[in-house]
Amino acid sequence: MVVLEVSPISTEELWSSVSDHRVLGHLPDQGISLLSAQFGRVASSRKSLGVSKRLPLYNDGSHCSLGPSMLQKCFGTRPQICVNVRDALNQAMDEELERDERVFLLGEEVAQYDGAYKVSRGLWKKYGDKRIIDTPITEMGFAGIAVGAAFAGLRPICEFMTWNFSMQAIDQVINSAAKTYYMSAGAQPVPIVFRGPNGSSAGVAAQHSQCFAAWYGHCPGLKVVSPWNSEDARGLLKAAIRDDNPVVFLENELMYGVPFDLSEDVMQKDFVIPIGKAKVERRGTHITLVSHSRCVGFCLDAASVLAKEGVECEVVNLRTIRPLDVDTIEASVMKTGHLVTVEGGWPQYGVGAEICARVMEGPAFNYLDAPAVRVTGVDIPMPYAKILEDHSVPQIKDIIFSVKKVLNM
Amino acid sequence: FSWTCLFYTTHFYHTLLNKPEMQNEMETSSSNLSAVLTREQGLQYYRTMQTMRRMELKADQLYKQKIIRGFCHLYDGQEACAMGIEAGINPTDHLITAYRAHGYTFTRGVCVREIMAELTGRRGGVAKGKGGSMHMYAKHFYGGNGIVGAQVPLGAGVALACQYQGNNQVCVALYGDGAANQGQIFESFNMAALWKLPCIFICENNKFGMGTSVERSSASTDYFKRGDYIPGIKVDGMDVLCVREAIKFAADYCRAGKGPIVMELETYRYHGHSMSDPGVSYRSREEIQEVRSKSDPITMLKERMLSNNMASVEEIKEIDVDIRKVIEDAAQFAISDPEPPLDELCNHIFANDLPMEVRGTNPWVKLKSVS
Repeated sequence: MVVLEVSPISTEELWSSVSDHRVLGHLPDQGISLLSAQFGRVASSRKSLGVSKRLPLYNDGSHCSLGPSMLQKCFGTRPQICVNVRDALNQAMDEELERDERVFLLGEEVAQYDGAYKVSRGLWKKYGDKRIIDTPITEMGFAGIAVGAAFAGLRPICEFMTWNFSMQAIDQVINSAAKTYYMSAGAQPVPIVFRGPNGSSAGVAAQHSQCFAAWYGHCPGLKVVSPWNSEDARGLLKAAIRDDNPVVFLENELMYGVPFDLSEDVMQKDFVIPIGKAKVERRGTHITLVSHSRCVGFCLDAASVLAKEGVECEVVNLRTIRPLDVDTIEASVMKTGHLVTVEGGWPQYGVGAEICARVMEGPAFNYLDAPAVRVTGVDIPMPYAKILEDHSVPQIKDIIFSVKKVLNM
Repeated sequence: FSWTCLFYTTHFYHTLLNKPEMQNEMETSSSNLSAVLTREQGLQYYRTMQTMRRMELKADQLYKQKIIRGFCHLYDGQEACAMGIEAGINPTDHLITAYRAHGYTFTRGVCVREIMAELTGRRGGVAKGKGGSMHMYAKHFYGGNGIVGAQVPLGAGVALACQYQGNNQVCVALYGDGAANQGQIFESFNMAALWKLPCIFICENNKFGMGTSVERSSASTDYFKRGDYIPGIKVDGMDVLCVREAIKFAADYCRAGKGPIVMELETYRYHGHSMSDPGVSYRSREEIQEVRSKSDPITMLKERMLSNNMASVEEIKEIDVDIRKVIEDAAQFAISDPEPPLDELCNHIFANDLPMEVRGTNPWVKLKSVS
């Protein structure tokens, strides 16, 4: 089961309201989600699909048991396929490996183990030793090797088993990858993707639970991307691999097994989501919730609960940490007049802090009816005991509480 | 004139490592005991090394006049390394080094004007003034790297790309005696040996890592042995022919798919670590003088050519005069070329991207960035 946080309303109520959003992924009230002209694609309009049935969710990574015809019956004429985030990442890499032979994957256990979290399952069998490379446990070394390969014309995907281990290699990510195009005045591009799970997991304690969105988001020369659902994972990973610049791709281990419905358009081989563009997952009028990665789901859950009390939240899924889509955030805040940012990382000098500062410095400030507020992880190293861990990360009730405070309810 | 000469270089394969079959291979290969130098090559090596020397001395002058600022790590004394390596590899091979990079930037094809203008931070510099002394790039030359040791995994990665693309090219990855203890270098050795990457790891041992002599930094100063399971060669880095022959051997070895090689070039720098280091607090002036008089690479080559009647004194003088002109012209250019325009400030953040906005020092300053 998807883990739902305990909240003031009954679990049953929460569950039935969650299924609207979580299962069917994102369904904005309005139709068109536009991809930028740069990528030359316009996605089809997404009609709001009525839900008459609850879809079962499996946390072992398997697809939903409903076949295409059943889905068609339930959800209208457009066939949808149920794909979890892990498989979305896997398929994206598979398709990009096939499309461009300069693309290759290296990292610990990515080949014969099928990936520490099975994200690269099946790729070694299909592409072999040359393109899927198991490395020794030497992050600084293999990250540097990956960057050097990018210098010389290949397009590596360098996996860190978790982003915590990237600290061993952070010099290569920042000084060798991020800064080189600038230092060389455009002579040396670095088309590399660094990817892996980021942020807190479950029970892995302090050294394995840090969120690096703020650290990498701080640095010019990097693009930093943080997908939430399967569509994000697929489209952003493809965009990252096709991008000629170093991209830090922050996944989330707890999202790997979560399934989402993907439309036919999303399943096209050339489906990419532009890096640097946020998405409004839910339209609302009273308050803006800005989030990234797993917390987007919590925001949508909180929004469902709050809707019952007449509060309509607008939920913005950042998708990209750097470059930050300030325009979308500002437009939303100018509409709602209230802002709460939600993230899993620590508060000090974090993503939420940056968003608040930007809103202060821009036109949206004049539209704020209350100070902008951040919901974040607790400012401590992650503890192990379940009760402590549960209280170290933002829960749905924390979001609801903050919204009510900001709205003076 | 003698058009070619055979020189005996028996002292350059000092000791080999762990691999008796390699010892035989090296001793029986024709490049082991002798090197052929043609007149044309001799004059070219002389010209190149003398240009490097004069360029570095000019940089010294400009730095003292405060026309060059920041970091400036000079290469004079080590010219035979850069020249010998370039003579032993192809232009299509790859090379990466650390921050003492002006010599390699030149041998890899960037003209003196562009190097000096980069040092003075002008728009005509090879990196448009945005990189400086430590960040100059050229085709198949990946800098110029400021973080000690970081260039070694990068070099191994370039070698991986060569192997992957099957283009029969090799990568030369250089580092100093100071960097030789870096963990990431051993990580690179491991992966290069494991995957048989065509990478030549070269330690330019100039006896000092900044102000720390090798005896004070390294439990083992046999840097050519640090590759452990990777064969290592120790080479007299002051003799351009020794370096050339050793590199030729190493490049052939790597191209044959036998894996990486470690090489130690014994060399010496006349200047201190950088321009802010007089270079005499941790070593004696006598030592510097002795190397200059007994082992200077350019003097050695010149004497070889003169005593074997491969060139005349006048000819050499003419080359010197010519080089002086080139350096003067480059320095003039480096001094008079304007600094980069302010609208260059935010460019080259991302490659092949649409123009974007970059925040300035305050919220009202919005700067433009193009790829």
